[in-house]
Amino acid sequence: MIEAVAAMSALGTGLGLMLGFAARKFHVEAPPVVDAIDAILPGTNCGACGYPGCHGLAEAMAAGEAPVTACTPGGRDLALELAQVVTIEGDGALSGMAEVEPMVAFIFEDHCTGCTKCFKRCPTDAIIGANRQIHTVITDACTGCDACIEVCPTEAIVKRVKPKSLRQWYWDKPEPRLGAASTERAA
Amino acid sequence: MSLLPSLSTLLHPSQFFSFKGVHPDPRKYLSSESEIEVMPVPTLIRLPLQQHIGAEAEPIVARDDYVLKGQLVAKARGPVSANIHAPTSGRVIAVGHFIAPHPSGLPVPTITIRPDGEDKWGPRLPRMRPEDATPEEISAQVAEAGIVGMGGATFPSAVKLNLRAKYDLHTLIINGAECEPYLTCDDRLMRERAEEIADGIGIMGRALGVKNIIVAIESNKPQAIDVMSRYNRALDYVFQVKVVPTQYPMGSEKHLVRILTGKETPARALTADLGVVVHNVATAHAVHNAVRYGEPLISRIVTVSGRAAKRPANVKVLIGTPVSEVINHCGGFAEEPDRLLLGGPMMGQPIHNRRVPIVKGANGILALSKAETPGSDVMPCIRCGRCVQSCPVGLTPFEMNARIQADDLDGAAKIGLMDCLTCGCCAYTCPGNIPLVQTFHFAKGKLAEKQSRKHQAEETKRLAEARKAREEAIAEAKRQMMLKRKAEMEAKKKAAAEKAAAEAAAAEPMAQQTQGEANS
Repeated sequence: MIEAVAAMSALGTGLGLMLGFAARKFHVEAPPVVDAIDAILPGTNCGACGYPGCHGLAEAMAAGEAPVTACTPGGRDLALELAQVVTIEGDGALSGMAEVEPMVAFIFEDHCTGCTKCFKRCPTDAIIGANRQIHTVITDACTGCDACIEVCPTEAIVKRVKPKSLRQWYWDKPEPRLGAASTERAA
Repeated sequence: MSLLPSLSTLLHPSQFFSFKGVHPDPRKYLSSESEIEVMPVPTLIRLPLQQHIGAEAEPIVARDDYVLKGQLVAKARGPVSANIHAPTSGRVIAVGHFIAPHPSGLPVPTITIRPDGEDKWGPRLPRMRPEDATPEEISAQVAEAGIVGMGGATFPSAVKLNLRAKYDLHTLIINGAECEPYLTCDDRLMRERAEEIADGIGIMGRALGVKNIIVAIESNKPQAIDVMSRYNRALDYVFQVKVVPTQYPMGSEKHLVRILTGKETPARALTADLGVVVHNVATAHAVHNAVRYGEPLISRIVTVSGRAAKRPANVKVLIGTPVSEVINHCGGFAEEPDRLLLGGPMMGQPIHNRRVPIVKGANGILALSKAETPGSDVMPCIRCGRCVQSCPVGLTPFEMNARIQADDLDGAAKIGLMDCLTCGCCAYTCPGNIPLVQTFHFAKGKLAEKQSRKHQAEETKRLAEARKAREEAIAEAKRQMMLKRKAEMEAKKKAAAEKAAAEAAAAEPMAQQTQGEANS
């Protein structure tokens, strides 16, 4: 009995020490920029960018393989924020990126069969429903990634502009036509 | 003796403390001599569930329900919210969405009631004797009655009455300034219902536990000052009626406090930090009705004015009455209005649909003719500095405007955009007609939206992390289950093997025995 306990603990300690040593010895220094990018990205791992999750995109971006505009659910604001961390070559893509309205998924209830595929895939649990029950999207939790649209077997999901509520509404920017009247007067 | 009052006015803080602002033409004479008239029950009542600052109320009636006057139809949700009551008896014909009384015209959750014309009261709230009631009971009654700040800010009054728990309050200021041009509803209310207002003021003073009460009225309302000075006592209080200069924006609570006490409220702080609470006169009237008679807030006084209105008037209307019916009650339009506003001309909001309802915070309907609306010839900014001279919070509007035009919203916020009251003094004084306050409206809205989007991004990140953690936990649980099952299977196998071995061992000697027996 005692021998067994002693042997196991000796083995455990030995292996633990070895692991600890190995961790120090073979430590791979991740570039801090990856962590910085990772912190900015939405972190929902939706896969809309084509990379394996947000961390994958962060690595690709740090390596200069992915543009700062790769994250579509993040939109222009996120790209601008990323551009302060990552060096970008030629800002053509960034300035060309229009300020898009936030999009959310919408389920056509007539086409929904209640297969539960979409809500199993949704990275933010923004879809509720049950087997053979019509599903619906919680717009406040939806990031507008394409994950659910891809898996829907009946193509019942579309993306549309997030409906504006009174709380988010604001006046348009007034664009005064300078001197419009004075030219009229002159003419 | 005759020297004394003049000395006291000489030493009054308002002589030493003033703020910048503007002096727009009051144009109150249009409606100031019209007595408050009671409008008959309208053909339709629409009650938006959000008539106050805070969370929207939760409907507790369904379609086809019959409701009585004063019956609770939507319940306050959360600590900062307000109850909504049926203004008359009738049938609920819809609990859905309707256009908001707001420039956006977006649909908002609304309860629609078709009045049956009988105007039958349901059971009212219990009547109270404020002399014997505790402050908690009074504020509970005010909350039950769904009273919100009726000067236009629509902050739930009960929340403000409960401030005594957190702050050391000593003064209650009753805001009867009514600094917006055209509006006369508070003026008429003070002239006609002074006794009721005084009682409401006393009740609020008791609920707040303050020592002093000041009623502030602008100098352009001599009759109201006169009447309120006669009715200057209620419960145990004798309150001071103080005349404040006629200046816009005198009704802003921070400015009123500064003029009356000489103290300046810090940016983004509450006047309660100085021990002062400000309530509107119309709120005091509503509190009187709620506490003495148990009547919830179901009507308000609205000023109908402007040169495009045929008969300017002060009308007592039920909450939820369509704007078009109020205008028709006042004889319709004299001419097609250039702009239709809900509220005063400085801070009121234009509405595009005339079927929208009157809400608790709507103090005026202004039909402005072409001659009354500002010109639109915009000239370049010449840095004349008039906007700086007029800004009551001491900002530099032309600089903020330049930054916003260059899409530098954060830069504008750095020089005080968030402290902007959007009072409109800058745009009013600008000789070049530059839409200054309009630009600040846009910038403030945009920044708020950005903030909410950021908040949403953080929340979705949290959701995604929660989902990941959950999935990992499920996978881990499955693995554990598998291991357990495996161990069980192995144990079973082992047990079976041992059993077999034991059986075999037991069988062997027997076999040997039988063999031995056979051999012998």
